[in-house]
Amino acid sequence: MSGARPTAAEIARRVAARETSAEAVTREHLDRIARRDAGLDAFLTVTADRALAQARRVDAALAAGRAAGPLAGVPVAVKDLLDIEGIATTCGSRILEGYRPPFTATAVARLEAAGAIVIGKTNMDEFAMGSSTENSAYKVTRNPWDTARVPGGSSGGSAVAVSTGMAALALGTDTGGSIRQPAALCGVVGLKPTYGRVSRYGVVAFASSLDQVGPLGRTVEDVALAATAICGLDTADATSASVEVPDFRAALPTGAAGLRIGVPWSFLESGVDAGVMAAFRQALADLEAAGARVVEIALPHAPHAVATYYIVATAEASSNLARFDGVRYGLRVPAGDLRRMYGETRDRGFGAEVKRRIILGTFVLSAGYYDAYYLRAQQVRTLIRRDFEGAFRECDVVAMPTTPTPAFRLGEKTADPLQMYLEDIFTVPANLAGIPGLSLPGGFVGGLPVGLQLLGRPFDEATLLRIGYAYQQGTDHHKQEPPTTDSRG
Amino acid sequence: MPTVTVETVDHVARLAHLSLTAEERAAFARQLEQVLAYAESIQALDTTGVEPMSHAAARETFREDVVRASLPREEALAAAPDASDGLFRVPRVLGG
Repeated sequence: MSGARPTAAEIARRVAARETSAEAVTREHLDRIARRDAGLDAFLTVTADRALAQARRVDAALAAGRAAGPLAGVPVAVKDLLDIEGIATTCGSRILEGYRPPFTATAVARLEAAGAIVIGKTNMDEFAMGSSTENSAYKVTRNPWDTARVPGGSSGGSAVAVSTGMAALALGTDTGGSIRQPAALCGVVGLKPTYGRVSRYGVVAFASSLDQVGPLGRTVEDVALAATAICGLDTADATSASVEVPDFRAALPTGAAGLRIGVPWSFLESGVDAGVMAAFRQALADLEAAGARVVEIALPHAPHAVATYYIVATAEASSNLARFDGVRYGLRVPAGDLRRMYGETRDRGFGAEVKRRIILGTFVLSAGYYDAYYLRAQQVRTLIRRDFEGAFRECDVVAMPTTPTPAFRLGEKTADPLQMYLEDIFTVPANLAGIPGLSLPGGFVGGLPVGLQLLGRPFDEATLLRIGYAYQQGTDHHKQEPPTTDSRG
Repeated sequence: MPTVTVETVDHVARLAHLSLTAEERAAFARQLEQVLAYAESIQALDTTGVEPMSHAAARETFREDVVRASLPREEALAAAPDASDGLFRVPRVLGG
């Protein structure tokens, strides 16, 4: 292939044209994993045999004259909380060690139906709880731009796999920023679709009213291809929306001319790194050069989003994680009676951050505190959603940095949970409102990538992708490769 | 805001079926108090008459109410730590 990191669009085109084979592409990526993943630790499982078998099926179909799928032969990495029948799902947790699900997530099945090749399962913060991928029970994933720093989280392994070309595309999940924040910190594109756009069937639940599956890729075109494949109604998920899915790639060349980009300047006034703000202002100038117009908007309740999020998300998590009790799957710590078996299994099986969130979530739902915390947070969530409804009367998309700082150092925030939670300040509002968000490589600060985030109206991913595509036509941040220690296969 | 003591954490841990070590109980009490102090900001907002938002779904989508094949019992039991006679087995529930 041309270059160390061929794009998904390029791979699919060449496989469909029989210029190369899905099997050859898969082998190249498996070789790259073998060379590069030691020291980065993006993968928990490499599914080499299954991937090669799948690749040979794609090649055989093409040889038999059948039409190539839009992702024919494209190697994809999957966050380890999306189920694949017969392949271990750990969620980065000891409590699911050895678990092999009897079904496959709809998002994964749809990618495979489009011709994609799943090459492995990626590391993550345990049960998607974290912003650094340091909370995995198995390994700590490192940022390829500086291995002393975190890749972001919780979909850190997926972001690293794409950033380094170990995979052309990846799936992640985004409950409070878990696709967009690692995408930003690793210099790749990440899309959190509208709530309900992608089926959650086969996805281990963290906070059910916020969780959404989405793609990571190196270009907007690649992310548009993946989004077209995975979005759409699935009757196996009652929150899956019956809203038509456009061909996202077809709309990309429409450009950004005439679109209004709203910036909540007062929300960005404090706590943002000066280099991140400088990169953001430059990105706005680049968008204006592409014909967009920047207007000021207000999100008066956004400063309350982190507090609201950590009440709503932990409450839902405390309920969802009740199912891990040593009875139906996963770890069981033997004990004399049922109640002690539950308690000891959960204490041994869950890591510190998961237990902390179960405690917080159970507290805010408990008698005497429900109204003051959970109910009030749900009301503030309404106010945050109304803020966006008001903003979208004055603009077509909202823009802000994806994160307040570039990648932080490993261990820098693990001792102070609140500091880690504040990392999510610019990403949680979209989850609370249920709207789509796109993070794009938006420049560099001290050699580290930072993200430009665009938020859109419900089910209007197309406009986000159009603007993102126009931005990438005029910038080359997404073409920068992280430094390597291997020979650049 | 409420004072969070180790006893508060013990109560909540019992509700959540979590056995915690002494260090975890002390750390969680401190951290829970810290997070709740941060969350105080939402107490000052006027939420009179504001509907609580429990979901971001545009609308629920229901499939046709027709019987479909479900997971075969042996597959559903395959991952269980202990199963017999087509059932999940657990330690003693009563009389402990």
